[in-house]
Amino acid sequence: MFKPSLFKPSSRLGFCLIAAALVLLPFVVGGVFGDTWVRVIDLALLYIMLALGLNIVVGYAGLLDLGYIAFFAVGAYLYALLNSPQFGLFLPIWVILPLGALVAGIFGILLGAPTLRLRGDYLAIVTLGFGEIVRIFMNNLNSPINITNGPQGISGIAPFKIFGTSLSRPLEIFGFTIPSVTLYYFLFVFFALLIIFVSLRLQDSRIGRAWVAIREDEVAAKACGINTRNVKLLAFAMGASFGGVSGGLFAGFQQFVSPESFGLMESVMVLCMVVMGGMGSIAGVVMGGLLLTVLPELFRHGAGPVQKAVFGKVLVDPESLRMLLFGLSLIAVMLYRPAGLWPEARHKHEIADAKEEGEKA
Amino acid sequence: MSILLEAKQVGKRFGGVQALKDISLTINKGEIYGLIGPNGAGKTTFFNVLTGLYVRDEGSLYFDGQPLPKGEPQEIAAAGIARTFQNIRLFTHMTALENVMVGRHIRSKSGVIGAVLRMRTTRAEEEAIRSRGMELLRYVGIDARANEMARNLSYGDQRRLEIARALATEPKLLALDEPAAGMNATETVSLRALIESIRADGVTVLLVEHDMKFIMGLCDRIAVLDYGQKIAEDAPDKIQRDPRVIEAYLGASHE
Repeated sequence: MFKPSLFKPSSRLGFCLIAAALVLLPFVVGGVFGDTWVRVIDLALLYIMLALGLNIVVGYAGLLDLGYIAFFAVGAYLYALLNSPQFGLFLPIWVILPLGALVAGIFGILLGAPTLRLRGDYLAIVTLGFGEIVRIFMNNLNSPINITNGPQGISGIAPFKIFGTSLSRPLEIFGFTIPSVTLYYFLFVFFALLIIFVSLRLQDSRIGRAWVAIREDEVAAKACGINTRNVKLLAFAMGASFGGVSGGLFAGFQQFVSPESFGLMESVMVLCMVVMGGMGSIAGVVMGGLLLTVLPELFRHGAGPVQKAVFGKVLVDPESLRMLLFGLSLIAVMLYRPAGLWPEARHKHEIADAKEEGEKA
Repeated sequence: MSILLEAKQVGKRFGGVQALKDISLTINKGEIYGLIGPNGAGKTTFFNVLTGLYVRDEGSLYFDGQPLPKGEPQEIAAAGIARTFQNIRLFTHMTALENVMVGRHIRSKSGVIGAVLRMRTTRAEEEAIRSRGMELLRYVGIDARANEMARNLSYGDQRRLEIARALATEPKLLALDEPAAGMNATETVSLRALIESIRADGVTVLLVEHDMKFIMGLCDRIAVLDYGQKIAEDAPDKIQRDPRVIEAYLGASHE
């Protein structure tokens, strides 16, 4: 009923245009701005996958999760352990990624099970604790038996190999060189589209309706015969498995993982993407993920030259300015578009209702 | 007549307060059974115990010959008891049709894999859920508003939608918690007609109500609760003359 039109192109032409844009994007960006920016887009795609996973938990089922990055960590470490000299294991990615989704999904259930009775603030605190526990485990599982290498992290992770072609080296076809970041781009686009597809299908299903029903009124959902326990656990598991896939891709891309990539700030960042983009809206969440990854980079690279042009010298260190600008833009979006940049129709109504009630009071 | 629901010495405490004590009653198949009593008598508590939203402390419930579990609302809904709420609880930001479709959840079974692959069985099931939803909206008379957000429906229509959602779970017993509350005279008359047609279609109805006129003309039998205890159970005309009931409602006469 509320299908975002962007991903449901009514015409074949629209579909072709989007496909062409997705294919050409890295070449245009790489050619004009350099491969650094293709790398930024790669990271944005990873964040988009994360945000879509969190969107299932927060956007659809209405369960506030502040420890979501833990599932990203689980996926990343699983990849790192099974495809690096750490244990001397080098399993193919077609084994590791599904396994990562599965293990992260199990972690999702582990987090979900004790929190079934909690909502809102209380749930947020417990999930925050869970996220920290996972990070601290990664940090300390180097003794008595060394599993995660502790704070040093795991390096030397084998890059992605697809049909024997490593994605970490430029690929030459027909005298044309495709840089590594662009190869990763295509891999990530594939997985992001897969996750978008799964999200869309779930949204319009019996399960998706049950999630929204729980978000709207849990007591009524129970009275309708929905097994809220199982349906919530399913939301946690589905969301977590997206995080696990994304984590595995991240580990193969960076070829290095360490606990500091999985702090609370990262969870908050992903939550910002979901909320700023528009909870429950797939198009919005994709947009949120893209903007919140690209904007800080734009500020980082743009703040220096702009100051030089205006004032003749750099007054404020771009590094410190960028988080300020970033924070201000978040505040501006939330003030002027409280339902998100591209809201789901339902949420738009909810925010409008809350506003009306606020004005009456 | 065969018994559909049997309550035996059902009790519920909240801390030191005995909200329900020794409630025993039987509802026959095909009846419209009323539950009345002054404010705070425990009518809604009984509803919540019956539908599993509260866990009963004492006693047992038998439904269609089977014991009902404690708590576990989804199992009770599956067994065939559906309810509405005193203060309407719709999924306000879903459309009317979607609300009823949620009611079909328990009578359908597509999972994640079916949804993602959109298999033939899933598509067929989804189509069946949708058409049954429309049918029920037509049955309660609000099919013209199917794609309207539930929150935008009028009060009377919201009540009807809640009944349609409850009927979607295919109940044997439909429990209505003050369905006529806040309705005007016309709405009340058509609600009564709706309840009678639901009964005519083979669903037993349990009704909690404040509006005496409404309940007297509609119910086959009535139980009266006061301070968490059942003080009378009889046909409406006898209940009206029962001195205990009059005392409960109007206070004891003092010489």
